Amino acid sequence: MKDNTVVRVCMGPAGIAAGGKAVLEAFRETLADRNIDAEVKEHCSSHQVGCLGLCARDVLVEIGRNGSKTSYQYVKPDMVGRIVAEHIVGGTPVKEWLVDETFDTFYRKQVKIVLADCGRVDPEDIDSYIAAGGYEPTREVLMTWIPDDVIEEIRMSGIRGRGGAGFPTGLKWELARRSKGDVKYVICNADEGDPGAFMDRAVIEGNPHSVIEGMLIGAFAIGANKGYVYIRAEYPLAVERLKLAIKQAYERRFLGRAIFNTQFSFDIEIRLGAGAFVCGEETALIASIEGERGMPRSKPPFPVNRGLWQRPTVINNVETLANVPYIIRKGWAWYASYGTEKSKGTKVFALTGKIRNQGLIEVPMGITLGEIIHEIGGGIEGNRALKAVQTGGPSGGCIPAGMLDLNVDYESLAKAGSIVGSGGMIVLDEDNCMVNMAKYFIQFTQAESCGKCVPCRVGTKRLLEILTRITEGQGKEGDIERLERLSRGVKTASLCGLGQTAPNPVLSNLRYFREEFETHIRDKKCPAKVCKKLLRYSILEEYCKGCGACMKACPADAISGDKKKPHRINPDRCIRCGACFEACKFKSVARD
Amino acid sequence: MIEELENILERYRKKGGNIIALLQDTQESLGYIPRMAVRFFSEELGIAASRFYGVATFYSQFRLKPVGRHKITACCGTACHVRGAEKIIGGLRKELALPAGEDTTPDGEFTLEEVACLGTCSFAPVVMVDGGVRGKTSADVIVKEIKAIRKKPDEG
Repeated sequence: MKDNTVVRVCMGPAGIAAGGKAVLEAFRETLADRNIDAEVKEHCSSHQVGCLGLCARDVLVEIGRNGSKTSYQYVKPDMVGRIVAEHIVGGTPVKEWLVDETFDTFYRKQVKIVLADCGRVDPEDIDSYIAAGGYEPTREVLMTWIPDDVIEEIRMSGIRGRGGAGFPTGLKWELARRSKGDVKYVICNADEGDPGAFMDRAVIEGNPHSVIEGMLIGAFAIGANKGYVYIRAEYPLAVERLKLAIKQAYERRFLGRAIFNTQFSFDIEIRLGAGAFVCGEETALIASIEGERGMPRSKPPFPVNRGLWQRPTVINNVETLANVPYIIRKGWAWYASYGTEKSKGTKVFALTGKIRNQGLIEVPMGITLGEIIHEIGGGIEGNRALKAVQTGGPSGGCIPAGMLDLNVDYESLAKAGSIVGSGGMIVLDEDNCMVNMAKYFIQFTQAESCGKCVPCRVGTKRLLEILTRITEGQGKEGDIERLERLSRGVKTASLCGLGQTAPNPVLSNLRYFREEFETHIRDKKCPAKVCKKLLRYSILEEYCKGCGACMKACPADAISGDKKKPHRINPDRCIRCGACFEACKFKSVARD
Repeated sequence: MIEELENILERYRKKGGNIIALLQDTQESLGYIPRMAVRFFSEELGIAASRFYGVATFYSQFRLKPVGRHKITACCGTACHVRGAEKIIGGLRKELALPAGEDTTPDGEFTLEEVACLGTCSFAPVVMVDGGVRGKTSADVIVKEIKAIRKKPDEG
């Protein structure tokens, strides 16, 4: 490559939200304008790349120069002129805009496999992916391997489904291969429905060809000639980039007939999901691709035997498929060298919530939760204390602050009452109420329950009613036991994974934060001061300046008082909205 | 409208009949799924209207009522929830004076949509205003924007 200076602008989901497009434009314009520096222009190219990881610092810009990399954080278009003039032309980086030292700790413990090329290749340019070694694994597999080799390689690598359930991928492929039928399908599940997880979106937006390659190799292994990507309509950019990537792959004849002049043919079609969490369940997803309501059916028969249009079907998650070309390229032993005995490789997590370094991280399985929170995440935001880490979204649970030495892998998280899930990791501090969190997730699963089976449809509704009652000060003795009994019933008797896991957030919060539930029920108090109806507001006379700001803010006319004299809240009129608390500049409104 | 529906119908027949795709096309061109569209498809295809409604009400993407001129999308994902999404939604509903159970103002100016997750969790809480993402935002900031939109009714 001729270029020796490369500007990479983060255009991952967060990069774009922070204005990445304008920054990229500014670089292109500034570089084009500087004709005097013809040499600079010639030796410098600017690219958009996928997620660079540390989303909270977006827009991130990385300048690669003669092998060394320098990163800028919070870049705005008006900063570009100076960066070009001083760094690219002058050779001296603009120190005050560089990333700070926490940036290094953010990356130090990470191992990037799936995300390795995210942030390096231009997702809209297939040549950029090919230059990074892309499609070479597919070529090698199609030309020199037999399907059983592929299955053996994936099986030995130990990779398990990254969508949530953690089923061994090699075994799934083997079952589908052995399943009888001349027509088989590969489906890529990109219906990332778990709130708080966005790795699949970042992988498709940052490196769509790796997913296409994973599907190609999987299809070859099981003997399928047709694949579908089931992707959320809510991710328009991911859809657009995937469409472009598929088009480019067809143009290069990596898709279509006689790929690499072999007898293997493979076509990919995109199906837009219409927004239903339950469609993450395999049989529901199949019904949805067929155009119907996404309602699960009982298994067996499993999709590997009877799936889409009654044909053997393999459904793999985006992250799982994106791992495949890298496993083929570097061998199963390399992949299996990461992780623990039963959980191999790496996992991408969306680290968000009350944590300093929010973003997308990729870590070897088995890393401790503490390493993630304190080293990669840089600790808790502000001067609050860590309370818990929620993993696995609505199907998962909370790990309390006291268990930071827990290893993050399938087995350890399950033992602790949570799951790896699709990789959401939401950090909670003392300002978050655990009863409210349980209610939040049950509200979600209750709304997303498809309604087919009674335990899930009615059970989640009753759970929600009890939790709502507790957060509103109507909790009764025995509610905790009722929640536990009902939760066990819903888990045991529900038809699909949604219902079977829906009570997990309730059970795990009860397991670790039982006193918080008891305080809500017995004392009618919310220690985190989240549950509105349990809060009492009053004005501390000694601090009140009588400015009247609270009186103006109060929508219920509950505050009275003369100017410059202490005001008073009438508890009978107060609707506990907290407007006075927010409005007071002197912190004279008390809340407990 | 009939012409658009006929085009959609033709695509449906060509592509082998997928009700979700048909409804997605309808919503894409009309903004929502009007009653008459369902009646039209039902008659043309000989499929009971209930099957269309069954699908349309199952998925959160579909709307059975027209959408307002300006769309505000509030994210309710977990990261946004722990950073105060409920408060933002409450504030916006109050500002827009939305009647209970409604998501669109009676004058058809604003629709407040609540979605499960926009996937930009590192900027939580997130609200989208007419397609533009506002990260680390608050009810006050968005209310100001709503007021600004109201002042220049001819644009947008």
